[in-house]
Amino acid sequence: MVRVDCSGTDCLVQVRNLDKKYYRGNEVIDVLRGLNLDVSAGEFVAFMGPSGSGKTTLLNLIGGLDTPTSGTVTVGGEEINDLSGRRLTSWRARHVGFIFQMYNLIPVLTAYQNVQLPLLLTGLSKAERDRHVHTALELVGLADRAKHYPGQLSGGEEQRVAIARAIVADPTLLLCDEPTGDLDRETGDEIIEILHRLSKEHEKTVLMVTHDPLAAEKADSQLHLEKGLLVEAERRGEIS
Amino acid sequence: MKYLHLILRNLTRKKLRAVLTIGSFMVALFLFGMLVTIDSSLSGGLDVASANRLVIRNKVSLIMPLPISYAERMRQMEGIEEVTHFVWFGGVYQDAKNFFANYTIEPETVRRVYPEYLIPDEQWDTFLEDRQAALVGKDLAKRFGWKVGDRVPLEGTIWQGVWEFNVRGIYDVSTKDLPTSDFWFHYDYLEEQRPFLKGTTGWYTVRVTDPSMSADVAGAIDERFANSPYETKTETERAFIAGFVNQMGNIRLLMISIGSVVFFTLLLVTGNTMAISVRERFGEIAVMKTVGFSDGSVLGLIIAESFTIAALGSVIGLGLAKLVTLGGDPTGGILQVFYLGFDDMALGFGLSLVVGIAAGLIPGLNAMRLRIVDALRRV
Repeated sequence: MVRVDCSGTDCLVQVRNLDKKYYRGNEVIDVLRGLNLDVSAGEFVAFMGPSGSGKTTLLNLIGGLDTPTSGTVTVGGEEINDLSGRRLTSWRARHVGFIFQMYNLIPVLTAYQNVQLPLLLTGLSKAERDRHVHTALELVGLADRAKHYPGQLSGGEEQRVAIARAIVADPTLLLCDEPTGDLDRETGDEIIEILHRLSKEHEKTVLMVTHDPLAAEKADSQLHLEKGLLVEAERRGEIS
Repeated sequence: MKYLHLILRNLTRKKLRAVLTIGSFMVALFLFGMLVTIDSSLSGGLDVASANRLVIRNKVSLIMPLPISYAERMRQMEGIEEVTHFVWFGGVYQDAKNFFANYTIEPETVRRVYPEYLIPDEQWDTFLEDRQAALVGKDLAKRFGWKVGDRVPLEGTIWQGVWEFNVRGIYDVSTKDLPTSDFWFHYDYLEEQRPFLKGTTGWYTVRVTDPSMSADVAGAIDERFANSPYETKTETERAFIAGFVNQMGNIRLLMISIGSVVFFTLLLVTGNTMAISVRERFGEIAVMKTVGFSDGSVLGLIIAESFTIAALGSVIGLGLAKLVTLGGDPTGGILQVFYLGFDDMALGFGLSLVVGIAAGLIPGLNAMRLRIVDALRRV
């Protein structure tokens, strides 16, 4: 069942009949069960639901970090399930930016070097990489902290560096797994504000997993998962 | 080069561990440098042994003499260009611990058989004019501070008494593998003064006209003196030197055994270190894969890391070994050519890089196979 549908040409992400099972010995765990979903380009979608409902698994499958048991994930017209490991890696580098709850910065690299990481895989010259990194850091308001190591930054600043790293290669899709989960309210709001701005001003499609209803409120749509199924959808403006 | 900072940063994240691992390579390669130096010193002449020289000794033993008359008889044989001979003197300078090789030479012929030894003509001329003259290698002269004109007494161990010599020249060599720590003097001086073994010499060296005929010439010499009181054993210079070295046991096998154990241990130590280091970074490796690093590039980065450790450690270790060898023979004459060649250094460097790559391979393959979602779940 399609819980959020968009008109064909505008649709960036299409998920069809998505199943994901995990096997623990003889036990089969159905994490996602025939999930369908459409997300328009430039939309900011929040996924909510209890732990174990399949939110992160859905995000991983859309981002090509994991493979479904059955069903398809199509992003920008490309069915990513069909891509080989190498092509999937390359696709991910070009089209997807990831933001994690624990920031996952590399502690021995400066903010600048962390943000630069995805660009090392491109053919960009050092000057071009430099320009992209500074643009990304400026966008998250951390241009003056480029030479600082993660250990010298606050949690909020670390998450902003992680956002800069996610957007530096100019991906179409941003996947955020509880980006405010480790932050206080005020800092969390700043992060959500940045994501909102990226969606509205820079036309990034943002899919965010969160437990925080206040954070989810800032999204265009809130989708609720339970036991691997979408059980409720609130499209801002349609349901009030 | 754009990955260099990443490699260096990962390498130095645990400084003590990095220093200890690099130190393991350093110690191993220093040991390797010393072992190959000792090995090449003991088998020193092998590399420069000429294919057109044969050595003739008494068939019973090297310490048994041969008649001096054999020189002329060999000179008349077909295929022999020149003949020279030597007698081991075994003299001691001041103290028995001041060991160096000292033996007689036959001035008329020695330079034609051994053109590798370089002696200034004016020194050679004064050597010929003085029956008590001696020629000393430049390292030996340096060791005892001798210079041309010095008078040097040697205490005879075979022929008792104090033998006086005048240093008339200091020789050098045209190839680094030959020793410059020997002491030469006139055969005639010994022959006149010694009370026994007169009319004999220690061993002969002949220069053959055609190296491809060496085996035939050697056979002919031994046949010529067969069934005489002084039967000969003729062999190539290389075989002669190898036999001399083998008297001390199979040194090379011992060296190779020690070297192999050292390198294998190094592989285990470095492999274990790399495995721990990579395991600690599974989360970061997962993030790198997430942002687009391929399995191959992750493997490459880890191997590059262990490669860098190996390269740094081996350069320092080999550099130290080279420095030590530049100080010359530490044994006072037993290891005459104490020299670490660049070819041996390159071999050590190459071996350590192979160990470095091998050590990074298994942790690298594990990182390569790492599933992103599994690793992220652990973070």
